[in-house]
Amino acid sequence: MTGIVLNCGYVPLVDCAPLVIAKELGFAAEEGLELNLIRQPSWSALRDMLALGHLDAAQMLSPMPVAMSMGIGGLPAQIDTLMVLSVNGTVFGASKALATTFGDIPFGDAKALLECIAAYEDDRPLRIGVPFHYAMHRLLLSYWTATVPALKIEEITVPPPRMADAVSEGHVDAFWVGEPWGSVAVQRGVAQLMMTGSDVWKFAPEKVLAARHDWIAENDDAVRRLMRAVYGAAKWLDARQNKPLAIEILGRSEHLNLSPELIDPAVTGHLTPGLGQPPVAVQRFLQFHKYAANFPWRSQAAWIAKQLGADADGIARAKQCFRSDLYRKHLNGIGADLPGASEKIEGSLKFETAVASTHGHMILAPDAFFDGSMFDFT
Amino acid sequence: MSENLRILVVETDPARVRDIVDALNDAGWTDVKALGQISALDRTVKEFAPDIVLIDLAHPDRDTLEHITLASETDKRAVALFVDRTDDTLTKAALNAGVSAYVVDGLTMGRIKPVLETAIARFKVIRQMQSELDAAKQALEDRKTIDRAKGFLMRQRGLSEDAAYSLMRKTAMDQGRKVIEVANALVTAADLLS
Repeated sequence: MTGIVLNCGYVPLVDCAPLVIAKELGFAAEEGLELNLIRQPSWSALRDMLALGHLDAAQMLSPMPVAMSMGIGGLPAQIDTLMVLSVNGTVFGASKALATTFGDIPFGDAKALLECIAAYEDDRPLRIGVPFHYAMHRLLLSYWTATVPALKIEEITVPPPRMADAVSEGHVDAFWVGEPWGSVAVQRGVAQLMMTGSDVWKFAPEKVLAARHDWIAENDDAVRRLMRAVYGAAKWLDARQNKPLAIEILGRSEHLNLSPELIDPAVTGHLTPGLGQPPVAVQRFLQFHKYAANFPWRSQAAWIAKQLGADADGIARAKQCFRSDLYRKHLNGIGADLPGASEKIEGSLKFETAVASTHGHMILAPDAFFDGSMFDFT
Repeated sequence: MSENLRILVVETDPARVRDIVDALNDAGWTDVKALGQISALDRTVKEFAPDIVLIDLAHPDRDTLEHITLASETDKRAVALFVDRTDDTLTKAALNAGVSAYVVDGLTMGRIKPVLETAIARFKVIRQMQSELDAAKQALEDRKTIDRAKGFLMRQRGLSEDAAYSLMRKTAMDQGRKVIEVANALVTAADLLS
């Protein structure tokens, strides 16, 4: 069979799963695609390779296409988001020493934790490690800490695989990172997980499938096949019975090269906050498909742009780079339920809510912010 | 060079560092510092205050460097150099050579261009040497495998060395495979059977 060959970049994190599964379990082959997954050493490298045409498509941090379209963050280029690959999936943790000063606060209490951090006193600001500046975890960190205007923190960029080292060597006091690197730090006995990203924003688009705007326009057929393959993989990933196999495949040496115990917490949503502590079940810790997780809501792009300091024009442009139009066009007809609107009021849902959709059974998950804010970009 | 630039080279391989620093010195840039230890990146950029940082494109610490240069930016200009895509050829050359450059302070493209061109030329030479070395190593490995496979055939089939090699070559041609692939299969089979 002669298929279309696509070079697709990714960074080895648990949430690269939809791409790995699309390839390994034949979802790509079913669409006549030969998916070359090309591992990237950093987000900067991935971005350059995509922007300059060495990659056709890539897994990206959701703020990256928005930042690039706004012309900030290294390489300005018109990069579009085809669909969301995963929602949530990040953790905030503290070094053992810092966690001890916080005392006994319940896991996942964003407000109590922020009060502790604000009350922390030292001769220098708290140093918090994040993997990349244009990343959802960094936006959530800034959003969360900005609610206490007097609070000063220092953001330090650390590649995820070295986060545990950075904590144990004292380069950072706390960190916000994607799995499995939080669980790795816990297992090494150097850190205590305090909350997850979803405790600040209940439904944050984390990774997206992105490609160059011009390439998308010229490769309609390949885009359709790619989106359908990844959609199939994402759906497969969210079925409970498939999780053990997903964990096994992801752990293999050619992908994450990690033991299944370190991948399990993210995939099953059972996180162990500290060594010797019982696991905590986190709802929707890492959502690949359900609750319309794959739909690129234009309002999500707008929220990201706003956090990056965009004006009204910038927000309008950001909305355009989340391609809900392509999602409707290419996934219609393979059973995808499509929402009636392409924007929602971010932060307005406190509970699971049924919304208008083509099949009539779309339920959206809560998307509230920890401080109760709502964002209407319509 | 009338205006000397302060250049920081981030590279862990000492031989590579020497080559790149030499090339930059030869081209007239003498204020060059090399950094091998990654953990010191943040401090070194602050203390040495380079005008430009050269780093391997595939270096895992590029995200960190981007953030440092971003934080040091005053006028919101491009952070990474080939970012400034006004010179597309240079950008592509940098990408192909595996070199990435970061401008820490405001610099004009004209001043950066020769530095980057020198670095790119040096990276290309090093890469060429590296791939030749890899090819030589691979050839040596292949030779060993083929010899083992030949020995196996000679013992099992009572063939001469030339006949054993001819048989492997014929099999490879018939199956549209390389001799080394046939040899590998034979060695694997021999290991299983022994």
